[in-house]
Parts: sequence; C-alpha cells; structure tokens
Amino acid sequence: MAPAVFLLLVWMLVPLITTLFFSFKKYLPLRGDELGKGLDWVGFENYSRFLNSSSFWPSVQTTLLIVGSVLVITVVLGVLLALLLDQPMWGQGIVRILIISPFFVMPTVSALVWKNMFMDSNYGLFAHLWRFFGAEPVQWLSQSSIESIIMIVSWQWLPFATLILLTAIQSLDSEQLEASEMDGAPVLKRFWYIILPHLGRAITVVILIQTIFLLAVFAEIFVTTGGAFGSRTLTYLIFQRVLESQNVGLGSAGGVYAIILANIVALFLMRIVGKNLDQ
Amino acid sequence: MGQIVLKKVQKKFDDVEVIPPLDLTIEDGEFTVFVGPSGCGKSTLLRLIAGLEDVTAGSIEIDGKEAADLPPAKRGLSMVFQSYALYPHMSVRKNIAFPLKMAKMDSAEIKKRVEAAAEVLNLTSYLDRRPGQLSGGQRQRVAIGRSIVREPSAFLFDEPLSNLDAALRVGMRMEISELHKRLDTTMVYVTHDQVEAMTMADKIVVLQAGVVEQVGSPLDLYHSPKNKFVAGFIGSPKMNLIEGDEAKKHNAQTIGIRPEHIAVADGNGEWSGVVGVSEHLGSDTFFHVHDTGLADMITVRVEGDVGLKYGDKINLSPRQDLIHKFDQQGDRIV
Repeated sequence: MAPAVFLLLVWMLVPLITTLFFSFKKYLPLRGDELGKGLDWVGFENYSRFLNSSSFWPSVQTTLLIVGSVLVITVVLGVLLALLLDQPMWGQGIVRILIISPFFVMPTVSALVWKNMFMDSNYGLFAHLWRFFGAEPVQWLSQSSIESIIMIVSWQWLPFATLILLTAIQSLDSEQLEASEMDGAPVLKRFWYIILPHLGRAITVVILIQTIFLLAVFAEIFVTTGGAFGSRTLTYLIFQRVLESQNVGLGSAGGVYAIILANIVALFLMRIVGKNLDQ
Repeated sequence: MGQIVLKKVQKKFDDVEVIPPLDLTIEDGEFTVFVGPSGCGKSTLLRLIAGLEDVTAGSIEIDGKEAADLPPAKRGLSMVFQSYALYPHMSVRKNIAFPLKMAKMDSAEIKKRVEAAAEVLNLTSYLDRRPGQLSGGQRQRVAIGRSIVREPSAFLFDEPLSNLDAALRVGMRMEISELHKRLDTTMVYVTHDQVEAMTMADKIVVLQAGVVEQVGSPLDLYHSPKNKFVAGFIGSPKMNLIEGDEAKKHNAQTIGIRPEHIAVADGNGEWSGVVGVSEHLGSDTFFHVHDTGLADMITVRVEGDVGLKYGDKINLSPRQDLIHKFDQQGDRIV
C-alpha cells in the first residue's frame, strides 16, 4: 500500500505545490523572469488581480452555464436513449456501438467536425438546412457561441451517460415492473415511481464523473471560438493568462481559484445527489 | 366474487405452443394450486390469468366478465412474485400503499388500510423500514400485504416460497393457508413442490407440458391418480412403478404401489430384495430396496426404526387393495 500512496501523493502534490508556489510569485518569462534567478514574492497580488479582472466573473458564469446545461442535456437525453436502447430491436448490437462511438472521438477532432461540417455558416449542414427552409443561416460560433459549445460537449458526453444509464436500466428486476403494472401504475407512473428511482444511483455517478471532466473542458473551446464571444471558461481564462499573456503567476492564482470552484461545485453536488450513493 | 373460468385458452411463443387449448374453472373462494415439473407451463398459465402475457386464443372470465383483453390492473387481481418484487427505494408503508395510491384513494383511507394490513401480517413495527432491511420472511409478508390492501377478487402467487429456507417455508405455508381461511378469497398458487400443493390446496391442478393431467382435491389425487404421471408426481417419496411380469399378473402394463403401502414381512413376503440406502427421519425410515427383480429400486416406508442395515435381505408384502393399475397409455384402469 505504501508505494501506491506515495505515488499518488507525488502525482497530486507536486503540481499542486508548484501551482501554489507560482501563484505567490511574479513570473513573466518574456520580461526576463527566470526560475534560476529567483522569483519575486508578491503576496496575494496575483490573486487580487485575477479576481478583480473584468473577465473573471463572466468566465465563472460561463463555466457553470456550460457544466449545468451539459449535465441536464446528457442526463435527460441519456435516460430517454437508454430506455429506447433497452427495447428489443433488430440490429441492437450495432446500434449500441454506434451510440457509444462519439465517446471514442477525440475532443479536438469532434469539435473540428462540428465546427466545419455542421456549424460553418457557408457550407455547413446546418446552413444548408436553414437555407432549405428559407431562413438566414445562423453564425453558430459567433452568434450563439455558448450554445454551440454546449451542443458539441453534450454530443460527446451523451454516450457516456447513455451507457451507464443503460446498464442500470438493464439491472432493473422485470418483476418489479410487472408488480407495479399489476398495482395499476400506467407507463408514465412506472417510469416515475420505479425506473427513475432505480436509476438514481447511476444518475448520481454520471453527474459526479461528468462534472469533474466538464469543469476542465478546453479543447472544444480552443478549436472553435478560441474563447471569444463570451465562451471563455475559467479553464480557458487560465490558459490565456499563462500562455497568451505569459503571466505564470497570475495563471497559477487562477488555477487555485479553479480548485476552489471545483470544490464548491462538488460540495453542492454531494449535498444534492450524494445521498443516493449511500443506500 | 372471484370465479375464474378459462375457456380454450391457448398460448404460443412464436411457433412454440406452450399451452395447448385448455379449459379450467377456479371456483370462488377456492385455494387452487398449479403444480408440475419446471417448464410445464404453470407459471405461464398464471401470467395469462394475471394479464402479464397475452393469450393467443381463448377466453378468460373473471367474475363472469370477459378479461382476456383487459390490462393487468383492470382485472381486479393481485399477485405475489417469486422475487417478492418489492420497490427497494420505498419504505414498507409506501410499498403497501402503492396500489392504493395508484388507485387515487384518499390518504386517510390509505393510512387506515395499510395499518390494518400491517396488523394482520405482524408488520406494524417495520412500516418505516426499507425492504433491504427486512428478512426473507418479512419481505414475503410485505409482498402479501401489498396484494391484500387492494381487496382483489383473487390472489395469484407465483412460487412465493421458493426463496425461503425450509423452516420458514413451513411457517409461511401455514400463514398463507391461515390468510386464505380468514379472507375467504380465491387464491391461485403456483409451485413445483408437491408437498406445498398437498398441504395448502383445496384443489390441485397437475400440469405437464401445458396439459392439465388431473384436477382434484389433494386426497383424490393421492388415492386415485388418473395416470402414471400424476401417480409419480404426487406423494413423497414417489410411488413405485413396476412393469413387466409382475404387472401382467394384475392385467396391467404398469402397476404402482406407494412406499407407505408396502409392509416389511417377517418370513416369506411376496417380494424380496436387498436393502440399499436408508433414510432415517426418526418417525419413519425409507429403505431403498434393490435386486427385487421388479424395478431398479423399490422405496419402502417403515414406521419408526427397524434394525435393517445396508446389504441386509428384506422381504416385502404390498397391500393388494392399494395397488394402482395403469394401461399401455399410462391411464388408470378402474
């Protein structure tokens, strides 16, 4: 056990301590700051600058909006898809693999596919569709950038939610459904009183795991809007501070805020859905 | 109030005929047991009555009303499942109240009925627990509670005791019989265990491959089985079936004699053999007798303990008046 704990500690603590270290230092590599020469201690200046920057709160809002919307979309559609896929049908195996396949596409690739194939306002499929109905094509990534990103990310995570929820639905004892049928519960009530509570734990798992990954969504923004048009999340803001402004100290302070945000979100989630786990 | 009449009921799964056209009447207030080996179609028959499977052809009348096309909830029946099928996320109270809630009954009435049912089934102190915190027998009682609150015209039981251990099974058997006496409602009970069938039933329906072999009271079936299958299925240990010369002496293809109807003779009995395995139950002893020249093995019941050991010679004399005779088709010769 000891080696594993040690490895995990190193794995987690080294980046954390480095981030904390940089967040209290002035570190602008392009202005001649070097690790070797020693960095100036600036106290909490990076923290207050990051917090008081005009982009901070909007980026937190964007992050929460994207995470929240994607969670709602993937869980709702995931439950519906899982119910559909649970029905016996011809070609079940192939359909299930197809449903899961978006998950195997790299985020950068899928975002590019969406950007070029669907959302391009000249030759994208959506543009053709809009023109077919005589409407003016939407400039997806500039006019409704957050919605576009939500759509792309939801498409990527829907398979994951569907897969987990499908296995949960399959584990439901069919006699329970039959019993509720005999007890006089019509289809919708069977869903509400029997299937949905049975899925509670699986939905909790989906929400918790997805939140962890969704808070860090990056590639989808990088290759589509590049953080413009209000689509800048906290993760993206940190990236910009470190790599575009070349301000490692400021970015590191942002990283610490990201950790705090993640913990607040996790705390809320555990409060809301976590009780499902200890049945 | 709870008569169930099946007329020419037939069930096919694709092209496989599981139940060939079948007629059966279950009288009001009767405790009817469907019994048969596994795969004989007894559960399917019960599910047809419940409405969980659709009949391929034929009609089902419940309380004189045609019910074959009604959904399960509209048939006025309730069912206890083999796995109990309790709703794990609801408390015992909510489980029992569920059918009433679905029927949109008002909450004061629901509370009254749930508490009355809990009282009858000794569940009062468990009402706020979850099914997961209960023992097998208690879960069974919750399942029964959930089915009695609706005051159905008949109860259906699908092998409800097969998940319980032997001691509990005997206890629950008595409780269900007791409940039947008290409620005086039609009950249809499916089991593969002929002891359950014998001890609980007013009427036993013996099924084999979807066909009703015999319908009758437990003692009817015991004393005059209609054919070889029923003879072999009802009674424990099984009836000895003997073919060949011994049967010809009685002008039959096969004769049957129950283990309890063979006596151990002191000197020269009619048959003789060698004692094999013996099962000692204390009150009774069952000997497996080999080398009789009649069949591979003859089972004999002896009251109490007889000092016979493995390999001993034994003389047997069957009670001539209790020998069952069957013809070539396996039907009883009267």
